[in-house]
Amino acid sequence: MLNNIKAAWRLLRRLSGDDAYERYLEHFARHHNVDCLHACDRPLSKKDFFKQWQDEKWHGVKRCC
Amino acid sequence: MHKLLKKIIWILITLLGVAAVTGIALNRGEHINALWFVAAALSVYSIAYRFYASWIAAEVLTVDDTRATPAERLDNGKDFVPTNRWIVFGHHFAAIAGPGPLVGPTLAAQFGYLPGTLWILFGAVLGGCVQDMVTLFLSTRRDAKSLGQMARDELGPLGGTAALVGTFSIMIILIAVLGLVVVNAMKHSPWATATVAATIPIAMIVGFYMRFFRPGQVLEASALGVILLLLSVVAGGWIDNHPELRKLFDHEGLMLAWCVMAYGFAAAILPVWLLLAPRDYLSTYIKVGTITLLAVAIIILQPEVKMPAMTQFIDGTGPIFGGKLFPFVFITIACGAISGFHSLIASGTTPKLLINERDIRMIGYGAMLLESFVALMAMIAATVLDPGVFFAINSPAGVVGLAEVDAVAKISSWGFPVTVEQMQLLANQMGESTLFARTGGAPSLAVGMASIFGSAFGEKLLALWYHFAIMFEAIFILTTLDAGTRVGRFMLQDMLGNFWPKMGETSWAPSVVFTSALVVGGWGYFLYIGVIDPNGGVNILWPLFGIANQLLAAIALCVATGILVKSDKFKYAWVTGVPLLWLVVITSSAAWEKIASDDVRIGFFAGAEDLAAKLAAGSFTPEKAKIAPQLIVNLQLDAWLTLFFVALLWLIVFDMLRVSYRYLVGKSVPPLAEVSYSPSRLIEEWVRD
Repeated sequence: MLNNIKAAWRLLRRLSGDDAYERYLEHFARHHNVDCLHACDRPLSKKDFFKQWQDEKWHGVKRCC
Repeated sequence: MHKLLKKIIWILITLLGVAAVTGIALNRGEHINALWFVAAALSVYSIAYRFYASWIAAEVLTVDDTRATPAERLDNGKDFVPTNRWIVFGHHFAAIAGPGPLVGPTLAAQFGYLPGTLWILFGAVLGGCVQDMVTLFLSTRRDAKSLGQMARDELGPLGGTAALVGTFSIMIILIAVLGLVVVNAMKHSPWATATVAATIPIAMIVGFYMRFFRPGQVLEASALGVILLLLSVVAGGWIDNHPELRKLFDHEGLMLAWCVMAYGFAAAILPVWLLLAPRDYLSTYIKVGTITLLAVAIIILQPEVKMPAMTQFIDGTGPIFGGKLFPFVFITIACGAISGFHSLIASGTTPKLLINERDIRMIGYGAMLLESFVALMAMIAATVLDPGVFFAINSPAGVVGLAEVDAVAKISSWGFPVTVEQMQLLANQMGESTLFARTGGAPSLAVGMASIFGSAFGEKLLALWYHFAIMFEAIFILTTLDAGTRVGRFMLQDMLGNFWPKMGETSWAPSVVFTSALVVGGWGYFLYIGVIDPNGGVNILWPLFGIANQLLAAIALCVATGILVKSDKFKYAWVTGVPLLWLVVITSSAAWEKIASDDVRIGFFAGAEDLAAKLAAGSFTPEKAKIAPQLIVNLQLDAWLTLFFVALLWLIVFDMLRVSYRYLVGKSVPPLAEVSYSPSRLIEEWVRD
């Protein structure tokens, strides 16, 4: 039961984009800086990421009739 | 044993489906339980999904679950992101489900419940779902390219331009008609107007919260917004009871139309985070929540459908819009059965998230099934009303008369008894001064929903439910309105950028203001005419919208059919070819009637001539004589616009046939733009998710 609630909560967070930043950090950890020693890229701050994410999400046709 | 059990289950589902559909179709004169509609829908959908959609995926498209999708190959953590299929389904459904499937069936209910219901069911499984699924597949195989780009690559520049122009024009007409629906719901209703107005500052509060106060805390901000929205419904009631405050929100349609235009303009130039994005969140939650609630209420309450299976209006004399059953039921239902607009989401947006081609059936075909179900619920909500009440709410004053006594006499004379007292009682219950002549579908749907919700969850709250339903429709109509205006602005900037590069810069202020004003002016014009038209405007705008929407669907199906032929799948080309042929038949015949019919309520030119003759004879009141010239010009414009749409349709159909013919006889054609195979490495990793 508790697991189901947790899964539903994760689904809701994922659908709404509430966890977008966490997923971005994961993606960043997986794909960037895999073997860098000195000059690593830094991930965006939550605020900056959200700005970009929101602006990009709204480019193009997103809603129908 | 296991196999046998499965077979038995499918046979039972088929039998239930056949029984429910025949029950609905053959029922005459008696009330029929709405649960039959739900049973018919669920069995038709399951059979179509299990057999037809699987067959298309396996045989026609040959989806390949070992093939890497664009989301995997081009993963950038932003727009290309491999995403769990249920999440993609959610996004895709939220994007395709708009107010269209709620309005169309409500208007089409003037023919009775049967024609619309059948088309919602079978049009979706054979046409709309196929279009969405095939387009999603084709775009997935082409790096998530848009429909316009695919049309250009696969058919040629003509197809590409037609898709672009088609999209732009449908957007203009769509926004105008949706604006009109909201205006008709708000006119002289301080409660509705105050509630709808409150959604704007609420969206802004949510926008600020997400952007600055707690950046990225989407759920927190949305929860706050939803609570505020519910409070705004209650607060609207207080305002309505306040003798001074209510005057601030009590307006004529025209005034409200100007407000909607000013709002649309503001929304197109304001940054997305302030208004558009937060409003979209709110509308998505309210939409999904309300639709679920409606489904639950229908199942609990099992209301009786009171509308006859077919009314006498199949002969074309209907009060809400003129035109015979064929082809106008198809044009009117539009989005609930097949919507060209979906092909814009299915190409470009959704493929960027798709992990595996295997999910194309569930997302493309499945989401459209759900949309069709929403349309069916709208049909139920419209037909559970007493037919007399339904026609009293939806018939424009120009048809049944301005005085309430005349209206009820006229409607009762059609065989749908209704009284002034009955309408007054209903209006009182709903907290409105009157419900007569609220053409457009939103108010009658709200009354239907309120009575369903009221019976299921508390009779005393009818007025609250009614205004909740109005708010629910208004909030996502306005979302489509501002998202559409913005998209229109981008498209226009893009087009003008070809001639004057500076205009193409989407952030150059003069270009932003100029193109936004042009787009708002475009739909604002049709909205203005719709509001001053004594016949309600919806009777003109909705068919025009339907024709434009089906035109866009035809473009998508042309692209799909052309690609099937070019992929050596000529023997399967009927899968998209037959729905295409049907769309060509219905759009062309509807367009022909709108242009050439002698009936003044159907033919645009006939309507214009009739008005001109009456104006010349001086038979109009001075008031009507003043607006008549504008109505005449508009009717002529509408006729030319219809002609333009249908010409565009034929042009692209011939282009597709030309390309297909050239391919079949071995002449050169644009090569298939499909991206070559690369194996997926995500299969194992994502199965668990």
